[in-house]
Amino acid sequence: MQIIKDKAIVDDDWPVIRELESSDPIPEGKAILPLAYWQANRDQLLKNNSEHAVWIDGSVETGELLDDLDHFSIIALDFPAFKDGRSYSHARLLRERYGYKGELRAIGDVLRDQLFFMQRCGINSYVIREDKDINDALNGLNDFTIRYQAAADDAVPIYKLR
Amino acid sequence: MYKYDSYDQTIVNERVEQFRDQTRRFLAGELSEDEFRPLRLMNGLYIQRYAPMLRVAIPYGLLSSKQMRMLAHIARKYDKGYGHFSTRQNIQYNWPKLETVPDILAELASVEMHAIQTSGNDIRNTTSDQFAGIAEDELEDPRPYCEIIRQWSTFHPEFSFLPRKFKIAVSGAQRDRAAVQVHDIGIYLVKNESGEIGFNILAGGGLGRTPYIGPSIKPFIEKQHLLSYLEAILRVYNRHGRRDNIYKARIKILVNDLGAEEFARQVEEEWNHIKDGVMKLDQKEIDRVRAYFTPPEYDPAAAEDTSFESGLESNQAFSNWANRNLFPHKIPGYKAVVISLKAPDIAPGDATDEQMDYIADLADQYSFAEIVVTHDQNLILPNVKQSDLYALWEKLTEKDLATPNIGLLTDMICCPGLDFCSLANAGSIPIAKQINEKFDNLDYLHDIGEVKIKMSGCMNACGHHHVGHIGILGVDKKGVEFYQLTLGGSSEKDASLGDRLGPAIAKEEVANVIGKILDVYVEQRQLDERFLDTYRRVGMTPFKERVYADN
Repeated sequence: MQIIKDKAIVDDDWPVIRELESSDPIPEGKAILPLAYWQANRDQLLKNNSEHAVWIDGSVETGELLDDLDHFSIIALDFPAFKDGRSYSHARLLRERYGYKGELRAIGDVLRDQLFFMQRCGINSYVIREDKDINDALNGLNDFTIRYQAAADDAVPIYKLR
Repeated sequence: MYKYDSYDQTIVNERVEQFRDQTRRFLAGELSEDEFRPLRLMNGLYIQRYAPMLRVAIPYGLLSSKQMRMLAHIARKYDKGYGHFSTRQNIQYNWPKLETVPDILAELASVEMHAIQTSGNDIRNTTSDQFAGIAEDELEDPRPYCEIIRQWSTFHPEFSFLPRKFKIAVSGAQRDRAAVQVHDIGIYLVKNESGEIGFNILAGGGLGRTPYIGPSIKPFIEKQHLLSYLEAILRVYNRHGRRDNIYKARIKILVNDLGAEEFARQVEEEWNHIKDGVMKLDQKEIDRVRAYFTPPEYDPAAAEDTSFESGLESNQAFSNWANRNLFPHKIPGYKAVVISLKAPDIAPGDATDEQMDYIADLADQYSFAEIVVTHDQNLILPNVKQSDLYALWEKLTEKDLATPNIGLLTDMICCPGLDFCSLANAGSIPIAKQINEKFDNLDYLHDIGEVKIKMSGCMNACGHHHVGHIGILGVDKKGVEFYQLTLGGSSEKDASLGDRLGPAIAKEEVANVIGKILDVYVEQRQLDERFLDTYRRVGMTPFKERVYADN
């Protein structure tokens, strides 16, 4: 599968496991797990000593992840619909307040015209919806050259440049 | 007024290109109707009953004459020769073609204008006091802060997909002319005990189906913390506002569910994390933006004029107009002139391209080339020398722009209603017409004095009916238009929501019922008491008894 990561189209082999009961066996190989599954099977997963990834939805309190951030290669943020903007706040909190340095990945209803905003909130990889052209979506990262406000990227409030 | 620098200009130019490409992709079938909808809405473009509607932002209501000419040009070239000024100080075009909207935006960008975030679930145009900068009762000019908020909120990456639309209003005066208390965030400039000027922040006000007066959640905050505090409110709302039900998604529902105190606590907690970071405003930036709003070069001899007084004495029509349509100015010898867009035979708030050009010329000649759009859907020339008033009045009269009815019964706020809007349940403009036809006697209107009629064609309340002294809400009863009246609302400092008069009334009866309500007022009023004050004193009963006497 191809995704956009760090402004380029790359191959990726991290599947998102959308549904998994806490009592289900640990999936083989790479997998982006539901947060609840990670929480229920944390000790076992850590023993496996492999790379870990979880996905969260908009209703999660990002502070819950605080003690585990160093374990994750990827935190995927779910956008169940284009208009659901909760994960933009999650992304900024994870980057700016909790200092998460790993990959932040947008999953779900992810389309070209959100990418500029997502990037500014600290999301650096994007699983573009299957029916859309990923090459076209890549253009969405460059819609604007000027940013008025500071966010999780390197922008400062614009007046500081004036 | 504020002037774009290269950063501001680049952003609106890039927005034009972005929207041009979005429109191209939609027309090419690359974007579905559902995918295009949120994109066009973030640019103020609705698909309405008969055609698209484009809403153009007029930040805090301030226009240059050059910008007004562009609005006229757009009305002429891309629409049917008129525009509609809205209650949030914007202008709406009712007949543009979708394919031409990118070109309209490019024309707007050439005069430092745009349609960014005039719709959609984002932070909308920040509105303000229509007499900002000239009012005698003003503590400080609110517009620099509106501009600072405009820039912060434009394409805010975290707050472009909020649970619902988000409106902010700022006022710096004693009297509230910006309906601050019925905004998602309302901001008053205030002075604290040590004489420092800062902000009193209200949150969770709003109209619509569930109207609320917004409580103050931060009675005083220093200017440097304005943006960090707003960001904290928005973050709490973005994370916790309801998304499961569009009718419960506004911040007012969240504030009410949590209670103002708990909501304020959550905001405070969030704010403590960010208040001393990069969001802290520099005094240098506040001063830079304030410098754009310095007063023009007033004529120090303006007050020596005697022609205004003699005009008042010699001409009754001029005197009637001056009585209603002039507003005091903090500089002696100057007045603010309200241009009524409420002539009896037009839809309230509409202006033709010819009128817009004409007003632009008058602004150049008489008012330092500036025009203000009001919350009540009128226009203002804010800086007119009193020696020019008579000539200006004559010129306004020529183009039907001098109806002497500001603040009176016929100066109605009115949404587009069933004639244009796909949400409406009932007509608003025909009711305005009916009221104008019944109450066409100027002496009677002047005797009745200040009565604010506000009318919405559905419960979304774009016409602010809840806060009208007399509110009119259009409802649909089995396919027939009926009207629900409320009495006693106000959107000023003494804000209140109107009380229901009783069962909804038939369309053809609306003006007659208002006549009965005014009869009761005339019988009950004491001295110079306004309608609103009489209502507050005597209560609903006498009005109700009169209106429903025959039932």
